[in-house]
Amino acid sequence: MTTNLFECLKLTKYFPIKSVFREIGRVHAVEEVNLAIPKGQTVGLVGESGCGKTTLARTLLYLLQPTTGDVLYNGEKVGEFSRKRLKVFRRETAIVFQDPYSSLDPRMVIAEVVGEPLVIHRIAKGEDREDIVLEILKRVGLKEEHMYRYPHEFSGGQRQRLAIARALAADPGFILLDEATSALDVSVQAKILNMLGALKIDLGLTYLFISHNLSVVRHLSDRIGVMYVGRLIEFGTREQVFDNPVHPYTKGLLAASPSLDPDDRNRPREVALEGEVPSAINPPEGCRFHPRCPKNEPTCKKTSPELVDVGNGHLVGCHRHDTA
Amino acid sequence: MEEKERLLTVDRLKTQFFTYGGVVEALDEVCFEIHKGEIFGLVGESGCGKSVTAASILQLVQKPGKVISGRILLNDEDLLQKSEKEMDSIRGSRISIIFQDPTSSLNPLFKIGYQVSEPYVYHQGKRKAAAIREAVEILKQTGLPDPHDKARNYPHELSGGMRQRAMIAMALTCQPDLLIADEPTTNLDVTIERQILDLVKNLQREFGTSVLWITHDMAVIAQICDRVCVMYAGNVVEKTDVRTLFKNPCHPYTVQLLRAIPSEAVTADELEEIPGSVPRLIRPPTGCRFHPRCNQTMSICSRLKPQEIEIEPEHTVACHLFTQTEV
Repeated sequence: MTTNLFECLKLTKYFPIKSVFREIGRVHAVEEVNLAIPKGQTVGLVGESGCGKTTLARTLLYLLQPTTGDVLYNGEKVGEFSRKRLKVFRRETAIVFQDPYSSLDPRMVIAEVVGEPLVIHRIAKGEDREDIVLEILKRVGLKEEHMYRYPHEFSGGQRQRLAIARALAADPGFILLDEATSALDVSVQAKILNMLGALKIDLGLTYLFISHNLSVVRHLSDRIGVMYVGRLIEFGTREQVFDNPVHPYTKGLLAASPSLDPDDRNRPREVALEGEVPSAINPPEGCRFHPRCPKNEPTCKKTSPELVDVGNGHLVGCHRHDTA
Repeated sequence: MEEKERLLTVDRLKTQFFTYGGVVEALDEVCFEIHKGEIFGLVGESGCGKSVTAASILQLVQKPGKVISGRILLNDEDLLQKSEKEMDSIRGSRISIIFQDPTSSLNPLFKIGYQVSEPYVYHQGKRKAAAIREAVEILKQTGLPDPHDKARNYPHELSGGMRQRAMIAMALTCQPDLLIADEPTTNLDVTIERQILDLVKNLQREFGTSVLWITHDMAVIAQICDRVCVMYAGNVVEKTDVRTLFKNPCHPYTVQLLRAIPSEAVTADELEEIPGSVPRLIRPPTGCRFHPRCNQTMSICSRLKPQEIEIEPEHTVACHLFTQTEV
C-alpha cells in the first residue's frame, strides 16, 4: 500500500472580484477537488488554460490560502502547521516554473541563485554551500565553470536546468513542475524530461506535473487528473485515463490533441468539442461541462456529479459514466 | 500523377543580419516551391529561420537584416525586384499572413469589424459601409459566433481563439493566392487549436488558397500539411510529402527530431536526445551545419556543404550519407 504524500479534501479556492467597496463576484478557480498524490509517483494534471491547474497546485502548497477544504501532507493538516513547521514544509517542497527567463534573478550569479535556498533554510555556509551547489549543478548537467556566470549567459534549456537545480538545492521530497517544459524546443524538452525521470528515481522524488501538452504528461506521469473549469473530472492511472477515458470531456480533449500519424487526419473523430470553455466567474449550473456535452440529460443541468470509482481507482465525475 | 502548378518558388534565398556581433547567416540558400492549392509546412526548432523565410517572402525583413541573393517567384514575377509600392499592393491582397499572437497583431483601439474591413477599402476601393458588411460576412465564414455583435467589439472583448478567427478572416478578405500562417495555433489550447486547424483546412479547400504553414510542432504538420520542408540552422535539410516524412524520414536530423517527441509509439522510459544545442548563426559550423550533433558524421561532413539530392521522386535530402551512395 502506497502512502499519500499529499491529499486534498474538498479543496476550494475562490478569488473575489472587488468593486470599490464590495465584492461583486467570484472566480470559481478550484471547486471541491479531492486529489491524492502517492509518495514516489508523478501525478500529471491536464486541462485547458484557466481550468484551475495552477491554482490547485498553489493552494496545495499553501501559497494560496484555500477558501474551504483541507490539504493533508503526510497525513497532517497543513492549515494547522505552526510557523516553524510551515518553514520545514517549505523546505520539503519546491517549484519549477514555466518561464526560465523570468524565474531567475538576472542580478545573481548562478552560485547565488542555486545557493539561495541553502541560505534561507540555514543549511550550509561558505565553502560547504559552494560544495553543495557544485554537486547539484553537476547533477543537472552543468559544470563548475558555470558557477559565477549570470542567467543571461545561458540558453533556455540550460536556464531550465538551473531552475531545477535551485528547486533541488534544499533537498526537497516534492517538486511542483508547472509547465516546466512548455517553453522549450522538442530536442531540449527531451533532455529535460529524461533528466527529470532520472532525478525522480535517484532522489526518490514525488512530482506534480502540470502541462497542457498531453503527450508530455503521458510520457512522464504515473497518474493523471483532468480538470475542467475548476473541477477534477477524471483521475486514474496513465493507462486508465489515456487508453480508456470515460468522461466525454477527456475523450474530446484526447481526440483534439494532434497525433504524429498523418493518416489520423482522415479518421472520423468520435467526439469533436465545439464552442469554448465557459468563464469561471459564472460557471454553468450542475455539471460544468453540460452545455458542450454530447450526452447531457436533465440531471446534468441541476446537480454537479461526484467522482465515482468506475473500477480499480479510476475516478470519473459524470452522471452518465455507465453509458459511456 | 498530374503536373501541379507552381505558385511560389523560393530559389537559393540568402538572408543575413548585420549585427555588431557579426553577420548572422539566418538563411543559407533556401529552396522550395509551393504548388497551387496545397498546404506546405515549414518545420524546425527556434532559430532555424522559419519566420525569417516568411518575412523575406513578404519583403518585411527589418534592418539590420537584408535579403542578399536568391529569387522569390510568385507566378513567375520576382518579388525581390518589386518596388516598395508594388509590394504594398501585393501584401494583404495576393499574399497575406497570420501571426502567432493575435493579441498583439490586432489594434486594441479599433473594433474588430473595422479592422477586418480595412483590406476591402485599401485594396479593393470599397466604401466603408459596404466593406464592413463584407467583413461581417467573412467573419461568419470563419465560424465566429454572432459575427454581427462581435464586429462591434474591441479585440480585448474576444477570447484568444476568437481573435485568431478574426485574424484569419482579415487575411482571407482579398482571397489571396498565398496565406502564410506563422505558428497560428501555438498559443491556443488543444481543443481550440483543433478547431482552427479544421477551419483553415476547410477555408483552404473552399477558396483554393495555398498555405505556407510555419510551426515547430511536428504533430500539427502531420495533421494539416500536404508537403513539408524541414529546416535546421538556416538550411533546408529535407523536403517531401507528409506521409513519407513520418514513415520514412531520411535526414539524420529529421530522424532524431522525430524520436525526441514523446508519443504513444515511444514506449521506452527514455526519449532519444540530440546531443549539443542549436548552433549560433554567426560563424556557423562549416560543411553541413548539423554535423557537430549528428550521430552519423563522416569526415566529409565538416568540409563540404551537402547539396540537396532527390533520393526518390519528390523527396530531397541534403546529407552526405546519400551523396556517397550515388558516387
